[in-house]
Amino acid sequence: MREITYLEAVREAMVQEMRVNNDVFLMGEDIGIYGGPFGLTKGMIEEFGPERVRNTPISESALTGSAVGAALMGMRPIVELQFSDFITVAMDNIVNQAAKIRYMFGGKGKVPIVVRTPSGSGVGFAAQHSQSLEAWFTHVPGLKVVQPSTPYDAKGLLRAAIEDDNPVLFYEHKLLYGLKGEVPEESYSIPLGKADVKREGSDITIVATSIMVQRALEAAKLLEAQGISVEVVDPRTLFPLDEETIVNSVKKTGRVIVVYEAVKRGGFGAEIASLIAESEAFDYLDAPIIRLGGAAVPIPYNTILEQKAVPQIDDIVKAAQSILNKVTV
Amino acid sequence: MEKTVKSTLSNKEEMLELLHQMQVIRTFEEQVEKLFQAGEIGGTMHLCIGQEASAVGACSVLERKDKIITTHRGHGHSIAKGMDIGRMMAELLGRETGYCHGKGGSMHIADLDVGHLGANGIVGAGLPIATGAALASKMKDLGYVVVCFFGDGATNEGAFHEALNLASIWDLPVVFICENNQYGMSGSVKEMINIEHIATRATSYGIPGKLIDGNDIIQVMETVQEAVERARRGEGPTLIEAETYRWRGHSRSDARKYRTREEEAFWRKNRDPIALFKNKLIVEGIITEEDFAHLVEQVQKEVNDAVEFARNSPMPSIDSLENDVYA
Repeated sequence: MREITYLEAVREAMVQEMRVNNDVFLMGEDIGIYGGPFGLTKGMIEEFGPERVRNTPISESALTGSAVGAALMGMRPIVELQFSDFITVAMDNIVNQAAKIRYMFGGKGKVPIVVRTPSGSGVGFAAQHSQSLEAWFTHVPGLKVVQPSTPYDAKGLLRAAIEDDNPVLFYEHKLLYGLKGEVPEESYSIPLGKADVKREGSDITIVATSIMVQRALEAAKLLEAQGISVEVVDPRTLFPLDEETIVNSVKKTGRVIVVYEAVKRGGFGAEIASLIAESEAFDYLDAPIIRLGGAAVPIPYNTILEQKAVPQIDDIVKAAQSILNKVTV
Repeated sequence: MEKTVKSTLSNKEEMLELLHQMQVIRTFEEQVEKLFQAGEIGGTMHLCIGQEASAVGACSVLERKDKIITTHRGHGHSIAKGMDIGRMMAELLGRETGYCHGKGGSMHIADLDVGHLGANGIVGAGLPIATGAALASKMKDLGYVVVCFFGDGATNEGAFHEALNLASIWDLPVVFICENNQYGMSGSVKEMINIEHIATRATSYGIPGKLIDGNDIIQVMETVQEAVERARRGEGPTLIEAETYRWRGHSRSDARKYRTREEEAFWRKNRDPIALFKNKLIVEGIITEEDFAHLVEQVQKEVNDAVEFARNSPMPSIDSLENDVYA
């Protein structure tokens, strides 16, 4: 099959949806001729024109707020926020408006918005352009949160997000933009709320999100050479969350490591660990759950420090070795 | 202007309807206050007594397809846009028959069917939403105009600036109506804004800014009409500052220590929008004092009926708690 990058997959999903649905349009800063800070929207204004590829002022509040108004009136806006950290200046519109309108209005109206935004560290952008704040939004009823880890998932999940009648936070990862993978040319959809077992294994379950899925897969290869069989589960969407696939995997392996880039404290991995502890999988655990998350620091600029701030392949390998040593049988 | 006022004034039925709506708003609010004091309405309440002319005047020049967005102080706008006071009262009493099935309450009341896109509990939040609704009108060629109400306090929010700028550069069909009722909670405009008139802020966005007497319904109608026509022609937004006064405190807990009783009395005595309009109609020979007395009586009955409807309505089912979080 044809291979394209994660970035191209995101673009292709938008382009294909915009070709078949006139209500879908894109709003964001520098998304026109400039093509966005990562070149993701390159060529889109040429195909769809400035009406549907709307270059906006640097106004994250008006950008997200007007997306809410347009969505309420029947449009399906995709908002591109240049960096996911900028969501802090758009917070009211997402948390107090988009997420709550349908409930507050007694079940009337819908707000089908996709907020697409690159998150994560690893490119030296430091504290205000490198965060992973996705857990904030899983805490807000009314929102959905998606974190694709491969080009294939990015394309299919984005179509599902655009077709969804609710506000969806679509977290891309800067380091994944260049990742190549097999992606069908035709349009397809991956349902939100369906986890994917990225690798099957029998000794340890690693539940990982976003870039950590790729690191877990790399770690799994190294561990395989040591005779350790790792299963990698990618939830793909944090809400809705496919608890069943996670629980079944843990029941099978009896050991679980949860890996996420966000600050460990209060990150989404805590939710995953809790749901495992509360589930029937608890009785199958042969060792305490391990969480690997980011250090409780702003992402530093220096490359060595930046790498140290979030889990790396080596950290995952060590955690896997350690969880096996805790065997009590 | 005189000619336009005269021609508007000549239709007795239309004039009586405007007066009727203003009186409904006032009586509704007075009733809400009583029910609140009696403990029948919970939470909090923000009354718009004294501001009836801007709500009724602005909505009277709109078509049904046009949209409005309002604020935490939005009962008047809701009534003026055609919402039923029985279902509004039911919402305030948290009943199943309320517009939001008791889940929204006063600060989140909405009725998309009449083009009411919601009150809002966040100051200034309605402006970007109105801008987006106007964008949809333009992109889908739907022909409606959005009127966005907000207070003087909202003009100090960043959302005000961002929304007006965006609406201006895209020539969107939206009319921004700032009801300057002199206070954002306890902060007076004199204390919080270092320019004389909020309307002059329009120059920052290259759009018309109009300062009007918000308690003169005819002035409101004429100004909003002009702004709506401009918006409908695709010429973009207008900022209107309607000067008015909030007779009551900000909400239930307000002891009004930040202003004098004399100031309040001045506005009530000299600038009561209902009395001003009624007197004008009497002077012009369009209605009589008896007509008005009859109207007041009629409105009281309507509001009493609304309260009865609300009181007799069931509470929402406990099972509805988790309904409608997602579409």
